[in-house]
Amino acid sequence: RLPDETFHSYRCEPPSLEVEVTKDQLVDMYQNMVRMRRMEQAADALYKQKLIRGFCHLAIGQEAVAVGMEASISPDDRVITAYRCHTFAVMRGGTIKGVIAELMGRVDGMSYGKGGSMHIFTPSFFGGNGIVGAQVPVGAGVALAQKYSKKKATTFALYGDGASNQGQVFEAYNMAKLWNLPCVFVCENNKYGMGTPAERSSQNTQYFTRGDQIPGLQDRVDLSLTHAKVNAMDILAVKQATAWAREWTLSGKGPLVLELVTYRYGGHSMSDPGTTYRTREEIQQVRSERDVIAGLKKNILEWNVTDEDSLKAIDKAAKEEVDAAVAEAKQSPMPDLKEFWTDIYYKGTEPPFMRGREKEEFHVYSPSA
Amino acid sequence: STMTVREALNAAMEEEMLRDETVFVMGEEVARYNGAYKVTKGLLDKFGEDRVIDTPITEMGFAGMAVGAALAGLRPVCEFMTWNFAMQAIDQIVNSGGKTYYMSGGNVPCPVVFRGPNGAAAGVGAQHSQDYAAWYGSVPGLKVISPWSAADCKGLLKSAIRDPNVVCFLENELLYGVSFPMTKEEMSEDFLIPIGKAKIEKEGSDLTVVAHSKMVTHSLEAAEILEKEDGIKVEVINLRSIRPLDIETIITSVKKTGHLVTVEGGFPAFGVGSEIIAQICESPAFDYLDAPPERVTGADVPTPYAETLESMAFPDTPLIAKVLKRHLYRQ
Repeated sequence: RLPDETFHSYRCEPPSLEVEVTKDQLVDMYQNMVRMRRMEQAADALYKQKLIRGFCHLAIGQEAVAVGMEASISPDDRVITAYRCHTFAVMRGGTIKGVIAELMGRVDGMSYGKGGSMHIFTPSFFGGNGIVGAQVPVGAGVALAQKYSKKKATTFALYGDGASNQGQVFEAYNMAKLWNLPCVFVCENNKYGMGTPAERSSQNTQYFTRGDQIPGLQDRVDLSLTHAKVNAMDILAVKQATAWAREWTLSGKGPLVLELVTYRYGGHSMSDPGTTYRTREEIQQVRSERDVIAGLKKNILEWNVTDEDSLKAIDKAAKEEVDAAVAEAKQSPMPDLKEFWTDIYYKGTEPPFMRGREKEEFHVYSPSA
Repeated sequence: STMTVREALNAAMEEEMLRDETVFVMGEEVARYNGAYKVTKGLLDKFGEDRVIDTPITEMGFAGMAVGAALAGLRPVCEFMTWNFAMQAIDQIVNSGGKTYYMSGGNVPCPVVFRGPNGAAAGVGAQHSQDYAAWYGSVPGLKVISPWSAADCKGLLKSAIRDPNVVCFLENELLYGVSFPMTKEEMSEDFLIPIGKAKIEKEGSDLTVVAHSKMVTHSLEAAEILEKEDGIKVEVINLRSIRPLDIETIITSVKKTGHLVTVEGGFPAFGVGSEIIAQICESPAFDYLDAPPERVTGADVPTPYAETLESMAFPDTPLIAKVLKRHLYRQ
């Protein structure tokens, strides 16, 4: 049973606080959160070794979102998010090696090294989008396609508390409700849009209420920092809320706004130390009192799902898996230079040629390609 | 038989919707109102509300949704009431639409058509009179079409809908009601025009004129004047496609005529003509030029409202004829 204050609802009855979950599921979720944290930590290290270029946004602290959602959705469902996308890419059918190699711009990357940290896709995951908020109407469009094709599936369109003020988010809300699309708008509220606290960017920080006629649910994964709530950053709450939201949209009731209150330990990106706009004490407090992995671990042990030794074995295996993935990714070559010219247009429908930097640099496409 | 541009566009959409269930139309006033310019007239009755979708006035939102539907496997035809309003949505067209295929390493294609009237209309002032050919033409990953005749519109819109890339289809409001002859082949539902091929509308040996959209009409009229008054044979090339640009056809023509004038309705700076002339100067055709190539364009001025002033903003037949004669030292 989830704690009483877990959900806040808007224009709807909240989901039950009774969560049904098997022992295997609990261990799976633990394992996946540990794997994801290890992967992001590896990315952090590789970035500092200058093996990763450009932007790199890590989700350390927020693992319960991608892992908890995945525990309640099906491969037919679709997910789209912004640039903090590594964990979703793996949970939606990708691999750790594929993500790490992509970050390093290698050919074994999930986008063959052509997308980078922010642009990773799988058949059920539409990225990996770099423009704040732009993925929200795109996600609503994916939901439109699901409804159009009469598929029994839902799209989860994620965005941060910072993106929530983009005009196009409200445009997407409006059309999704107008047409009752199977779309769950998921505000992944980590309390800071880059370096701006939610209170300084949003007149209404109750993001689950911002859909106007669209019902909303706040999953208080992590309660306001002034409230010392026990066990609040809770993956089981994410799992429960996601299952409920999925059922809601599949039953034809239209879209939902789901707010998952979470917390990122690191900066907005690698270039942000993350300590200029919040105190170290704040970060330390969440880490020590409400960490998603530690929280689930405590539950697992309390409920005698398994013992500490087997969890330690999972930790060790995750580290080994990520280490191996990093080693393999490092072995992966950079993309062949001819790939510079591919995928601008759909294979076989290219122009006769594309120009490079000067008139003698160009690529001719073979007409039979 | 004949067909107006409006009827041709309408027929193209209807034929493609009949052929492929994943094709649908969305945009402002496209369904119950039958289209702000009646281009989608009758489609709602024929295909129903699931496939002809009226959107709210939220260009960025519905353009993004069209992109999302395309990423998810449908083939949306997204109408902008005019391309001027698509400036609200240009990020979705360029960044979400035009780049995803490349960024995903070829994993996620985006077969969407954005279409609507482009360029100057009459008496609608600065915010509603702008040509976006150069804007979208500069973006790799997009295909950009600027059709002229009814046959262009039918054959190219059908090709655009079948194309697995993002296609920006730039129509012209002032041409919607214009009738063009249509051959039996062009009337057929199998009629397609390949994207990226220009068409020589009038053959000539003395001077090459490259134009697109409504400027093809004015260029052909100017060519007639020169032929009648001076016996000058102007070759008029209808670009049809801005990107890919059929530079080969222009090179071949310039090698033949030794003279090049580009004609467009867009602003002069960094425009379609600028690009064509730059490419010609970089090509072997440069050595065949007998005079510096030149541009006829819209003026470098926000479009004024008053008719007398507006007439100074865009090329017309007498202006083009004057430039062509001057170009050949016949004036």
